[in-house]
Amino acid sequence: MATAHTATHSASAHDHHDDHEHHDNFITKYIFTTDHKMIGKQFLVTGIFWAIIGGLLSIIFRLQLGFPDMELYWLKPILGGWIDDAGKLDPNFYLALVTMHGTIMVFFVLTAGLSGTFSNFLIPLQIGARDMASGFMNMLSYWFFFLSGVIMFISLFIETGPASGGWVVYPPLSALEQAMPGSGLGMTLWLVAMTFFIASSLLGGINYITTVINLRTKGMSFSRLPLTIWAFFLTAVIGLLSFPVLFSAALLLVFDRSFGTSFYLSDIYIGGEALPNTGGSPVLYQHLFWFLGHPEVYIVLLPALGITSEIISVNSRKPIFGYKAMIISMLGITILSFIVWAHHMFVSGMNPFLGSIFMFLTLIIAIPSAVKVFNYLTTLWRGNLIFTPGMLFSIGLVSFFISGGLTGIFLGNSAIDIQLHDTYFVVAHFHLVMGSASFFGLMAGVYHWFPKMFGRMMDPRLGYIHFWLTFIGVYMVFFPMHYIGIAGFPRRYYSWTNFEFSNMYTDLNMFVSVAAIITFGAQLIFLFNFFYSMYRGRVASLNPWRSNTLEWTTPLHPQHGNWPGEIPTVYRWPYDYSKPGASEDFIPQTVPLSATPESNLPHEQELVKLEKAIIADEEEVLVANESKES
Amino acid sequence: MYGFLIAVGILLLISIIWMVYRIQTLVSVVKGSDKKVASGSNKVNAMMFVLFLVGTGGLMFWYSIKEFDNYNLPLASEHGAVTDQLFWITMAVTGVIFIITHILLFWFPYKYQYKEDRKASFYPDNNKLEVIWTVVPAIVLALLVIGGWKAWSDITKPAPENAHVVELLGYQFAWEVRYPGMDNVLGANDYRLTNASNVSGVDFSDKNAHDDFNSPVVVIPKGEPVLFKIRARDVLHSVFAPHMRLKMDAVPGMPTKFWFVATKTTEEMRAELNDPEFEYEIACTEVCGKGHFSMRRVINVVEPAEYRKWLAEQKPYIVNNPALVENLSPELKELAEITISEHK
Repeated sequence: MATAHTATHSASAHDHHDDHEHHDNFITKYIFTTDHKMIGKQFLVTGIFWAIIGGLLSIIFRLQLGFPDMELYWLKPILGGWIDDAGKLDPNFYLALVTMHGTIMVFFVLTAGLSGTFSNFLIPLQIGARDMASGFMNMLSYWFFFLSGVIMFISLFIETGPASGGWVVYPPLSALEQAMPGSGLGMTLWLVAMTFFIASSLLGGINYITTVINLRTKGMSFSRLPLTIWAFFLTAVIGLLSFPVLFSAALLLVFDRSFGTSFYLSDIYIGGEALPNTGGSPVLYQHLFWFLGHPEVYIVLLPALGITSEIISVNSRKPIFGYKAMIISMLGITILSFIVWAHHMFVSGMNPFLGSIFMFLTLIIAIPSAVKVFNYLTTLWRGNLIFTPGMLFSIGLVSFFISGGLTGIFLGNSAIDIQLHDTYFVVAHFHLVMGSASFFGLMAGVYHWFPKMFGRMMDPRLGYIHFWLTFIGVYMVFFPMHYIGIAGFPRRYYSWTNFEFSNMYTDLNMFVSVAAIITFGAQLIFLFNFFYSMYRGRVASLNPWRSNTLEWTTPLHPQHGNWPGEIPTVYRWPYDYSKPGASEDFIPQTVPLSATPESNLPHEQELVKLEKAIIADEEEVLVANESKES
Repeated sequence: MYGFLIAVGILLLISIIWMVYRIQTLVSVVKGSDKKVASGSNKVNAMMFVLFLVGTGGLMFWYSIKEFDNYNLPLASEHGAVTDQLFWITMAVTGVIFIITHILLFWFPYKYQYKEDRKASFYPDNNKLEVIWTVVPAIVLALLVIGGWKAWSDITKPAPENAHVVELLGYQFAWEVRYPGMDNVLGANDYRLTNASNVSGVDFSDKNAHDDFNSPVVVIPKGEPVLFKIRARDVLHSVFAPHMRLKMDAVPGMPTKFWFVATKTTEEMRAELNDPEFEYEIACTEVCGKGHFSMRRVINVVEPAEYRKWLAEQKPYIVNNPALVENLSPELKELAEITISEHK
């Protein structure tokens, strides 16, 4: 019954596709498109734009931290009044820079740019669907994101500056205009932008979940899904459950700011007057914020891990080790990610008993992460490794995941966190495990699926240079921060010379800043490679990495609808690489088990019988459909 | 003129890089190496991983050892000894894992780089291995957590009765340090009473407040428990005393606390570090606005006898500024007058 249903479904989807194929004009093809592939590319290009902005902001504040005596007059044409008469960066604007850097990188680059790009691009292609469940919602998802970006971008240029209370925008600082200039109009725009962003994420997430559950092609059971799809699916689930809570936090903040409520405000004397608010709690905001904020880390990281699993397997020419264990780990991370949020709040003044509970829960989440690392290592072991740029970035990701993950064990321990909380140790930790790891996942994905996106290859040599400069650069930027953090240097400091304990390491900070500038510069190689190869790169072959997954069975430039004929049927899991007995070192998912008797494992021989029955069934339906048409 | 020359130079450099890149591409097409599964670059990349491992690994060890005394902050509190020990135990455990996994991660690419005549081994799963590397990390983490949990419980349990109370009030952008005076009980406060001459919003109709005094420096005795009562009056702040391994947020509307025992006086630490300028410091670690990076207070740790002497010498708020008690009821005012006369 289920089989027959799927077959008719794909047949009817096909008819539908034929009706619409030739009506695309420029606007419906490139702007208000409902094609998931184009939407994915829109997310990617927008994400790259924001990554440049976010990176530039970080370069400016690294100049301040690495070269505190530098005169920044030359930035006056861009920053205007934010550079004072002595050529120094304004301390308020410094805070605005770190706030905007964080917001942009976490939400616009690593959430929208990563999940938005690859969930959209890959889900239908890898599960064998014509498009997302709702192309229209998908289009809305992008345009809400775009609108959110426009508002956030405008906020960079207003007179009082953008939001400046740190990317977490804790009240009362963010609630009171008197507290800092950025808490005025800039903060309002931040809240409006984030509201649109949340709407965008939810529209996208509902679509990803629905598509993965309902539109898998025939034979594509959950146990045959590539790990990329598992990762995107679970990411969407996390986002769907946690983003509304961020919205509630933001909404209450809007009330406190504009309508005189006291959700977060109590006993405040500021600017020479006592405010009437009593009974609110700033800690409430922190709970609500981190209920999204912590899952957000996994929203950013899981897609990168999924992409890496796929790329490492393809380029090791080996099945991913422990496919089921990988899925169980991701499920474990998904569930646990919701019950560890308060480890960001050990010293917030909340009940220490809660601290103990969250310490236990937090260290449990390290276990599935450890399993994933060991599985990656075992996948590499006795492989036949091909170092495409995608593969290099994937190995780099695993390295960052280890380095940054291990420092999480310090920070998750509430007793050790007392000293390390809000120091550069934390900055080093999350930039490695969340920032750089996810960024490398994004890069790996772009290099790997570029041929499918644009039908051309990126230049591999430029890719190698880009990788090595970035990989070494990232470590040179973030590794030294551990030392600075152990020495107790606090975060979000404009300068450290006011304190004796932190009046040192000017050399190390200078080194970090230089490394950051070089690493940022190295991204220009990527930008050139990306845009040049889009038009002038070598034309790709249909399956350049000799990969098993479905997206490589589409034409070089798939039209809206992805496959010109029937959607292919899937007969096996996606990781049959170097199977003993097989002539090639890969067997695509579309090859029936009955066609490969020489390489089938004992339990697969059993499946062959079942498969034959299904194929016969399918042919019957096809014949029936054809007779109906004629 | 200079700018023009630099621009020409950059232009030349870019065009040279461009030419090299194009020639490279053409050569690889002519050679047909772009048709191969893995080109010669594969070997280079594999080699690079090993070089990276050795190079950065060496750099890490060299710098970690060379700079140890710099990044390792002097320690001056009892609980800090415990948390420092936990820190270094965790460092040892994670350090070993860090090194082993990275050796494997960067050596495998070299060892198993692509060879045309070799086939990767089909090794999809092994439940025994999965169980081992689920259970072993679980046990190791459990041990670390239990250590952390015991320390955390000790640190956060209620302060001993005899702890010396000091109130730290964070505001943009400084700390106000208030002492409870001889009775060791802080007077009540109400944020609505705050003004320029009453920074902490002390309620002087509470007679416990009459001997309260403030101090530009946090003076505390060595070897005796001290309880920081922490408040904020505008936005979030966070008390961070790095040498005491102490940190606690200051939250408007929700008083917080942290108690500890200092183990070395400032003088002792100066002698130990051979640095006559050394001071214990308090900084702010929760972003609070423009002056976040400048909320400094000095902690002066002294011998208990010296502390008592210092305490006796301090003048309460109402002695320095009798106007504070002008509007009190006659009885309270009389009590206040007595306190004032005692301190004259």
